Order: sequence, then C-alpha cells, then structure tokens
Amino acid sequence: MGNGSAIATETALETRLVSKRFGNRLVLRDVSVSIRKGELAVLFGPNGAGKTTLLRILATIMNPTSGNVLVTGMNIKEDAEDARRKIGVVSHQTFLYNDLTIRENLEFYARMFDVPHRRERIGEVVEMVGMTPRLNDRIGTLSRGMQQRVAIARAILHKPEILLLDEPETGLDLKIISVLWKTLLGEGGEKRTVVFTTHDLERGIELGDRFLVLSRGAIIYDSSKEQMDVTHLRETYDRCSGVSV
Amino acid sequence: MSFLSKSLAVARKETIAELRTREMVFAVLVFTILVIVIFNFTAGVDQEVIRAAAPGLLWATFSFSGTLSLNRTFVREKENGCLEGLMSCPASREVIYVGKVLSNLLFMLVIEIIALLVFTLLFNIYVLSPPLLVITVLATFGFATVGTLFSGLSANTKAREMVLPILFLPIVLPVIIAAVRGSEQVLAGKSWAGLSPWFQLILAFDAVLSVVSFLVFPYVIEE
Repeated sequence: MGNGSAIATETALETRLVSKRFGNRLVLRDVSVSIRKGELAVLFGPNGAGKTTLLRILATIMNPTSGNVLVTGMNIKEDAEDARRKIGVVSHQTFLYNDLTIRENLEFYARMFDVPHRRERIGEVVEMVGMTPRLNDRIGTLSRGMQQRVAIARAILHKPEILLLDEPETGLDLKIISVLWKTLLGEGGEKRTVVFTTHDLERGIELGDRFLVLSRGAIIYDSSKEQMDVTHLRETYDRCSGVSV
Repeated sequence: MSFLSKSLAVARKETIAELRTREMVFAVLVFTILVIVIFNFTAGVDQEVIRAAAPGLLWATFSFSGTLSLNRTFVREKENGCLEGLMSCPASREVIYVGKVLSNLLFMLVIEIIALLVFTLLFNIYVLSPPLLVITVLATFGFATVGTLFSGLSANTKAREMVLPILFLPIVLPVIIAAVRGSEQVLAGKSWAGLSPWFQLILAFDAVLSVVSFLVFPYVIEE
C-alpha cells in the first residue's frame, strides 16, 4: 500500500540531533532523521522506545530538550503555528470531546485550523469516513471504531501534507482499518507524507516504503524498501524488543 | 482567524459542552447555595451582625465555589487526549489560555449572580447594587485569570483537587481581601468616589496577575 512510486526528493520532515529528557530520564538521544515528501515511513520500536515522544515532538505538541525539527523546511521553534497547518495527527486517542456532537467537534477544529468553507469541508470528510448519518450524535455515544473514523476525519479536515499516525490501528477491526488507510492516503490522489508507528512488524513492512527502528531513544535501523534486508530488520527489531532469535 | 476569534472558539466549545451536561454549573451551584444556607443559620437574625459579616461570607462562598469550578477547567481536555489535539492546532498556547479564562469567567459570574440573589433573599440585605456587581466582576476576573493558570499546572497532578487551592488561593488572596473591603464599603453606603481606591487596587492586581498568568501559561501547559 506504500505510496512510494512517485517519491519526490524534497524533505518533508527532518530532525537534527533531537533529544528529550523527562527529569533524569533521557527518552530520545540525538535523533537525526529525514523523511522525504510522499514517503510512508514506518517507525518500529518496543514499548518505551520513544516512538510517541518523537511523534509528539514532530507534531509540535511537545518541545525537544535539544536539537531542531524542520517541517517542510520550517523550524518549529520559529514557525510552530505554520508547521502545524501542514500536519495531521491520528493517535490511538481520538482528540474528540465526548460531550460534543461529530459536527460540533469538527466545526471546532475547522475554526482552529482556519479551514475555508467549513460546512462543505466537514460534509466531505464525514462522507469519506461514512459517518454522515451520525453527524449530530455525541462522540460519547459512538463505538470505538466510529470514534476513530471521526478522528480520521478530524486529522484530514485541513488537508495536511504530512500525517503522523501513532498506532492508529489499535483496537480497530479490519473494515475500519481499511477505511483508515483509504481515507488517509487516498484523498484527491494526493501523495501525503506519512510517519506511522507500530509494534506490528509484518503490518509495517506491508505498508511502508521506509523503515526505522527506534530503541531506547535512538534510531538503530534506517532503510528504504528497495535496500531493506527483511532478515536484518527482523533481527534488529527482535533484539531491541528483548526477543531471542 | 484572529487570536480573539480562536479564543472565542475555545470558550464556545467549553460553553456548549457545559450547557449540554451541566455537570460543573449544577454541582457548584448546589454547593454555593448550601454554603449560603449554612452561613445564614450561623449568622442569626441580628441585622448589624449580618451586615458586618456579609462581605466575608459572600467572598468565602465565591472563593469556595470558584475553586470548585476551576478544578474542572482541564478535565474535558484530559478525555481522549483532547489537550494534545488542541495543542496540535495552529494557534498559540495563549489562545487556549484566553479561551479558558473567558469560559471560566462566564461560568463563575453566572453562579455568583445566582448566589447574590439567594444571599439577598436569605440575609435580607440588598447585595445586587451596581458598585457591588462591579467589584464582583473585577475580582472574579482576577480569580479566573490566576485560577486558569494554576488549573493548567495542577491538571497533570494526581491530587488535583488539593493542589489547586493550596497553590492558587495564597496568590489570589490580595484580590479577595480587596473585594471584601470594597464590599464592606458598599454595604456601609459609600459613594462611587469613596469606593474608587478599592476599584483601583483590584484593577491593579487584575492587571499584574493576568499579564503574568498570560505569559507563564505556555510554559505550564507544555511541560
């Protein structure tokens, strides 16, 4: 499913020696990585490796302790707000307010992202995820799968160039996972840049066209699909997960 | 969209959610009325005693109810990771702060207006006069600006309900004292001119506290 056939050479996301410390604990150690436009990069790593922290820094939700992050060439320290306009985030958490309806949630985010023609755009994205009949239902009354569909609609509402997906398939059935990828990658035939974190090696290999392994806060494996040695990737992943090979 | 319109979008979202559930307003209102009723039994029927104690009773009630409602400021944002969603929006952290202050101010003022009505009925003292309403609005503004900052600070702590009043009440104490003294003067029948030192004092505290809170909030919310 990777969309790497027409990968451009421009850089969409870049981290330069990014470190993050929580108290005495160093969660990310000098992470330097560059993701090209249109690339679907899969970030593997065991629990506690720092995947979510790295994604939160890329999404400008959290500041790095040291180092720089560039989003389409913009340094997030100087242009955080402009950088955020280019990014959509889907996580295992939905970022949706339980007491508001689907329409009210999307209307709120559309205002915050300065989406033009809000009403029409909300109609489009809700249609894409098949939630139009439930538009006026509160989020709290929807099933987990339905909530995640609305979360996808929220993430693409402002037509982001870059999508950051933090284990978005957690707890979803196959039908909803298929809606997720169709919607995230397919809108208007655009080539979105995607960074996707997962524990599931097989799933990641199936989807991605660039593979990274994060272990104890450092990138220990980085390869494109063309150059990838599956056995080496598996061994690296198993080693950092503590699985004997 | 401008800074203000995004702040209003945050406040609007808070108001819609609160109107739908009435979780916070209803609980705080019941608590506030109960406190006034208890104070009413304590104060007895001597009008002079009541008149002397009224400002203190009034602001003790507002402080309790205000702290209770401020505790809820970031509760909704913790559900489903909404705070992260909010922080991923192309708006400065100050937008979130101003939106939260506006919604807190609105909720607190609604509760205080009802409390003043109940106070008037139970204590037989007219506390809905324009000068007292001005003092209430000004002091509540100071309360909401600092309270929203500390509510953000305590949102990630386990004992949020305890941490907020411990941190926040000492900081906001000058505003409360000025409001009590100002209210005393109103009930003593002082003119607008006689009240102006108290208005100025509350305004000065409001200005300092709101500017400091506005500047500090982005650091509080990111860490």
